[in-house]
Amino acid sequence: MEIIGDIYGINGPIIYVKGNLGFKIAEMVLVGEDRLVGEVIGLTKELTTIQVYEETSGLKPGDKVYSTGSAISVTLAPGIISNIFDGIERPLKEIAKKSGAFITRGVSVDSLDTEKLWDVHVTVSKGDHIYGGTIIAEVPETSAIVHKSMVPPDVSGEVIDVVKDGKYTINDKIITIKTDDGKTKELTLTQKWPIRIPRPTNKRFAADRPLVTGQRIIDTLFPIAKGGTAAIPGGFGTGKTMTQHQLAKWSDADIIIYIGCGERGNEMTEVLEDFSKLVDPKSGNPLLDRTTLIANTSNMPVAAREASIYTGITLAEYYRDMGYHVAIMADSTSRWAEALRELSGRLEEMPAEEGFPAYLASRLSAFYERAGYMENLNGTDGSVSIIGAVSPQGGDFSEPVTQNTKRFVRCFWALDKSLAYARHFPAIQWLTSYSEYVSDLSNWYTTNVGKEFVNYRNQILSLLTQESQLNEIVKLIGSDVLPDDQKLILEIARVIRLGFVQQNAYHPSDTYVPMEKQMKMMEVILYLYDRCKKLVAMSMPMSLLREDAIFDKIISIKYDVANDELEKFDDYKKAIDEYYNRLIATNA
Amino acid sequence: MSIEYLGLSEINGPLIALEGVENAAYDEIVELVVENNKKKLGRIVEIYEDKAVIQVFEGTDDMSLKNTRTRLTGHPLELALSEDILGRVFNGIGQPIDGLGSIVPECKRDINGLPLNPCEREYPRNFIQTGISAIDALTTLIRGQKLPIFSGNGLPHDQLAAQIVKQASLGADSDEEFAIVFGAMGLKHDVAEFFKKTFEDSGASSHVVMFMNLANDPVVERLITPKVALTAAEYLAFEKGMHILVVLTDMTSFAEAMREVSSSKGEIPSRKGYPGYLYSELATIYERAGIVKGSTGSVTQIPILTMPNDDITHPIPDLTGYITEGQIVLDRALHQKAIYPPINILPSLSRLMKDGIGEGYTREDHQDLANQLFSSYAHVGEARALASVIGEDELSPLDKKYLAFGTALETTFLAQGKDENRNIIDTLNKGWDLLKMLPREELDRIDTKILDKYYK
Repeated sequence: MEIIGDIYGINGPIIYVKGNLGFKIAEMVLVGEDRLVGEVIGLTKELTTIQVYEETSGLKPGDKVYSTGSAISVTLAPGIISNIFDGIERPLKEIAKKSGAFITRGVSVDSLDTEKLWDVHVTVSKGDHIYGGTIIAEVPETSAIVHKSMVPPDVSGEVIDVVKDGKYTINDKIITIKTDDGKTKELTLTQKWPIRIPRPTNKRFAADRPLVTGQRIIDTLFPIAKGGTAAIPGGFGTGKTMTQHQLAKWSDADIIIYIGCGERGNEMTEVLEDFSKLVDPKSGNPLLDRTTLIANTSNMPVAAREASIYTGITLAEYYRDMGYHVAIMADSTSRWAEALRELSGRLEEMPAEEGFPAYLASRLSAFYERAGYMENLNGTDGSVSIIGAVSPQGGDFSEPVTQNTKRFVRCFWALDKSLAYARHFPAIQWLTSYSEYVSDLSNWYTTNVGKEFVNYRNQILSLLTQESQLNEIVKLIGSDVLPDDQKLILEIARVIRLGFVQQNAYHPSDTYVPMEKQMKMMEVILYLYDRCKKLVAMSMPMSLLREDAIFDKIISIKYDVANDELEKFDDYKKAIDEYYNRLIATNA
Repeated sequence: MSIEYLGLSEINGPLIALEGVENAAYDEIVELVVENNKKKLGRIVEIYEDKAVIQVFEGTDDMSLKNTRTRLTGHPLELALSEDILGRVFNGIGQPIDGLGSIVPECKRDINGLPLNPCEREYPRNFIQTGISAIDALTTLIRGQKLPIFSGNGLPHDQLAAQIVKQASLGADSDEEFAIVFGAMGLKHDVAEFFKKTFEDSGASSHVVMFMNLANDPVVERLITPKVALTAAEYLAFEKGMHILVVLTDMTSFAEAMREVSSSKGEIPSRKGYPGYLYSELATIYERAGIVKGSTGSVTQIPILTMPNDDITHPIPDLTGYITEGQIVLDRALHQKAIYPPINILPSLSRLMKDGIGEGYTREDHQDLANQLFSSYAHVGEARALASVIGEDELSPLDKKYLAFGTALETTFLAQGKDENRNIIDTLNKGWDLLKMLPREELDRIDTKILDKYYK
């Protein structure tokens, strides 16, 4: 039964309805003549509190509020991939068709195209017993993704009728089942799921394989596992968005959900343009064919910004249930936290740190815990990895959002202002970043990349750490007074910084680097170090060693060796040997 | 016919409360008449049943609980628009103050604007030559961008903004229709006069629309001024197809006004007393820059803000930096070395430059050159720090070269005259002249082919 209430008060995106009329908490409601979408967030005997996902200008006390009976949900069916939605899964392209370039209020559009005919292949037959998660039909959604429509998690029964393979819309009947209590029920390609509730799974696996991103500092030094969580904190201009774009483009997930949460409009336009042009190096399909964008830019209503994160993760979980590896880029979780703060302030809740509500930590943990490598209800395996950007106030990592995020993620890629100022990108600071996945993933690296991989990685990181310690001394007394073996460390660390850690996102072969090449690069750098160390041990002065162009030659490997010319690495080793022999011959 | 309500129930700073209103809408504009003669405008900012909280733009001076009559207008604040606004001067809420009478409106627009659909945006790619080396080479301005100037009190941000406006709008594309929208929030009289005079001297004043809220004008008005200015800009850009450069100054006064009103509303403060919605509020202003698909016009924004105590981590510059597409940061130390414009290039950034420079836009070497200048100049800082500890004489020969490079960059590349208009090729060549002071092996950000061609 529909409940109708009258608006009593309005304060920004929060409205109040007098009395307890039977609205449910978290229920979706429609507000006013324009039927703006809202959600019930508080109930007392006297007042029902509702947050509205659209601009509330022009609402009046006395306007009606209508119940819908269900929680804020997303529609799950073919048509999600390659689409761009706002924070509550309304397709922005359809909105543009209806209201033009600017988004007006109360535009009523279906989340997904209900008229498009999809090529449906039914995968169950009469008499099958099906349960939550069973795949009932396969639909080629894009060139890259086969959409597998499933039985909603809470439904089971026996199939009593199926349609023939053919063209159907997302609302056409596909199968009819007799549920366990004897009722018949029709299933379509569509199901709905409330965004704030995680979709159920059978069990969680350990994180034991990496999400390969092609970014050297991530894959090698601070890897993230499939089903893992990572945070990228950094002040403005340190390259959070750039890093997210690189990960969205090149990581080896099957599907990318990119959530632009309270960020710039032009950035979303850029993603949209770039991703329709760029081609996935593995499948050869446009990147947009595996990407869904959720754009709730900073000037769009704040309550929908709060919801956008949940909309994104629910879509991700749905595709995970089909057996895909999904990666979520949430840019930026700080804007989401600020939306919480803004709404909490409007509700006059008692603030905790810096005005953020006390439940900030629990909301963050609930969000990040929805990541994981899972066995789904239908027995397939899939994962959801979350990579969340954090925009700390004033670039100060001690603020509440960064600190609380740090507690719940296992990978921390700290972006550094001074690196960014020197245009060293990605500006991930190796001294403050960490990944808890290194030991979990070392088996995978040993079997799939090379026995020495983890060893090399540790050596590289150790050289960088030693460099920073030596730099403390250099800052005080200059580098001339250091002994030659320490000068060598500085020189090799420079090679590592410029030639390995730094990566050029705009260079055609440097933007994505396969694991094998990363391994070879480390090998050559460490080989050079090893040889030089021997020379220094023979008391060859560092000034002499440095005269050779070999160091710069190794630095530019990243540009000079294309990703498919790995055999060239042997030439570099030869060049190092020649350098070594030459020095010994002329100076010994 | 509309009802007038006599009297008020409360006055608190810029806010008044009215009881017994019927049919009032959230965000609606009300007209107030004080003592039968003074007219004021107000906006409903909170409403509970029949009690409305109204924010009065012109301040609540002279108002008492009895002498005020209130009338609902039934719509949010609207701005009357036609092409005749070009060359005119308005106050902070869009009423003419130049004595030339009111505008005959072609249309009226809600000043709050609407969010631009990301699918309908055109990604900005057109380079705007400002004639200022530090900006053109290192923080390139792109048409449709929002690029603020972060400054401090006493720094020449006004001169810089004026120079950008003068040189950018009268550049090579002067056949295209351009106009300047100038929004002043809490501006000093002298500064307002300076801008007026600059526009007149450059012969641009018939293409300028000015919205002036001066330092002694009502504070609440400032909350509206940028929105009014941008409504005019959007109209001229997207309906009249003009290229609009919007200068908003000073965004700090805008944020201060917001804090003032928020605190009198009794809202829960977040950082440094600013309301929790400061970010959203700033975003609704800055995001109104851009280009709409299928329209020939564009809105480019150059907001100016003075960082309180030169602190870039203060909430106002901080939140601004997270919304805008880069920033141009002015530096007091450079200013004291008499370098104009005193742009500190290291924290300065243009996020859109990567797609608007290079072959076909400026020159193939632009991006590499910029990266190398940034990277080498960052090293200058380290060398200077070392020199201050061990003395310049003790530095390695290489570090000495860096010191010389740093000084040359500041005095020959950054520094230029207030009327000097350098074209981009000159600017880039100057950049190469600087890099030639360093040995080739130090130039590690530049593609070998480009080095071969330009490093001679």
